[in-house]
Amino acid sequence: MSTPARLTRSGLLHVLSILVGAAIVVPIVFGVLGGFKDNGQLFNNPFGLPKPWVPGNYTAALSSPAFWRQATNSLTIAVATTALVVGVGAMAAFIFARYAFPGREAVFTVFAIGLMFPFAVATLPLFVLLRTMKLLDNPLGVILPQVAFGLPITIIILRSFFRSIPAEIEESAVLDGCGPLRFFLRILLPMSRPALGTVSVLAIVGSWNNYLLPLIVFNDSKWWTLPLGVQQFQSQYSSDTARILAYVTLAMVPSLVFYAVAERQLIGGLTSGIGKG
Amino acid sequence: MVRRRRRTWSTIALFLTPALLIFGLLVLTPMVVAAYSSFFSWNGFGAPTDFVGLGNFRRLLVDDIFVGDLERTLLLIVLSMVIQLPVALALAMLLNQPLRGRRLYRMVFFAPYVLSEVVTAVLFTMIFSPNQGLANHLTRLVGLGDLGATWLADTDTVMYSLFFVISWKYFGFHTILYLAGRQAIPQELHEAAALDGAGGWNAFRHITLPLLGGTIRISVFLSILGTIQLFDMVWVLTGGGPIRSSETLAVTMFQEGFKRFHVGYASAISMVIFLISLTFGLLYQRFVLRRDLEGAVTTMGDQR
Repeated sequence: MSTPARLTRSGLLHVLSILVGAAIVVPIVFGVLGGFKDNGQLFNNPFGLPKPWVPGNYTAALSSPAFWRQATNSLTIAVATTALVVGVGAMAAFIFARYAFPGREAVFTVFAIGLMFPFAVATLPLFVLLRTMKLLDNPLGVILPQVAFGLPITIIILRSFFRSIPAEIEESAVLDGCGPLRFFLRILLPMSRPALGTVSVLAIVGSWNNYLLPLIVFNDSKWWTLPLGVQQFQSQYSSDTARILAYVTLAMVPSLVFYAVAERQLIGGLTSGIGKG
Repeated sequence: MVRRRRRTWSTIALFLTPALLIFGLLVLTPMVVAAYSSFFSWNGFGAPTDFVGLGNFRRLLVDDIFVGDLERTLLLIVLSMVIQLPVALALAMLLNQPLRGRRLYRMVFFAPYVLSEVVTAVLFTMIFSPNQGLANHLTRLVGLGDLGATWLADTDTVMYSLFFVISWKYFGFHTILYLAGRQAIPQELHEAAALDGAGGWNAFRHITLPLLGGTIRISVFLSILGTIQLFDMVWVLTGGGPIRSSETLAVTMFQEGFKRFHVGYASAISMVIFLISLTFGLLYQRFVLRRDLEGAVTTMGDQR
């Protein structure tokens, strides 16, 4: 089977994948190790291990209240966004999946087209709106718009999952005297755990990484999330490369840990729909 | 019967109202307001009163920065189609073969996707920093000498540096998409092709590629839509500079709206972003993705 040409090709692909893998890993390792160096080492010894290891930049960041406050803000906002978008989205998806009424598809299409609304387009009017509603420098000013823009993908994924649950289950539940609310809470949601996991992971990552919305909503640094904090840290210590690398590394850790834990849901969510047709 | 129907309607209202309220207030309303205020000269305070009709849009056409935004967006799209996506495809084909460490590669390739654009951009600001950055140390190491290159501060190189960082973050996403599509192709097809003597390249060209068409078209769609709306990465990496040479549509919108308070003008830019996305999205779905919605059989019939 292995013709020489084929071997060459697979060899080339191997080299390519190792090169690309290195291109991914080297910047991250540069960040992690760079945080343990001082700026002189970064200049004289860019590739080697730190000599000596200087943990000062990491300990300084870890003992600064700002870092922990930003991490807490990011986490609170991500959790609240996820709970709301999944809750509200699941309710709507339940109706779209299980009830027939005139205009249903039209309303669903409005949500589906929402997928193509770029968030950047809404920024200015959203800012004006949030200012009128006194939601600037208020976590709700970030949470609620995130929920609104997260609804389309949540509803689309959940609706198709809810539809795949056999109607017989609902019929027998109704025969047992189960109302729509009880059916939704006690039967449908528990049966939909995989899909709920997928949309939750998408919502958490989206909220955790959001930048533009917190940027326009939070002026007061006490509300800053990690992306805002990292960017501010960079402009504040722009000449102190090692110090910034330590801070960026610490900001990367939660994402990478979360990825390691939720890899399956994340990839499942992003590739849902591919390969079915 | 009437009572049951009334109960059904109240269930529908109860479950649907929260989503409709939030979506209507925070997605649809801002879209309408953006469209409305794009016809005014307005600083964002009070109500817009100074109606200028299509004036903002006419100004856009002769605004060098805006026209440059369009050109730069096109450049990034072309670079993605010619370099980023083909590399992603090649890697997906590799990861589909039995290969030692395949799972590890997959995890590594995809990892940057979970990092925020801001964290990525700050990390690469350090890497491209002229003195202590990794990039210049690397060029020295491979014998290019001390280029002393200012990757992000030079109008000639900034877009390519930007493209590199975008690819770094996003190619893994496309690799994962292709891999999922590739794994959905029944193994029998490749076995039959091998029996007929179709080797690696032929099998790829005549079986894998056509059957992967749907996935590729979706990946192209997502890549282009993402590029049109690019903001975070550029804003943190370059701020649109040097001398506004790396601005994108969203960055120009942000500059005009939030830094110079030309809210009407900025709204016109955001309407352009919206219209480009929408037109592209609808045309693409109508003419390119349509075949995927019709199913594989008609596709075969079409190609004949």
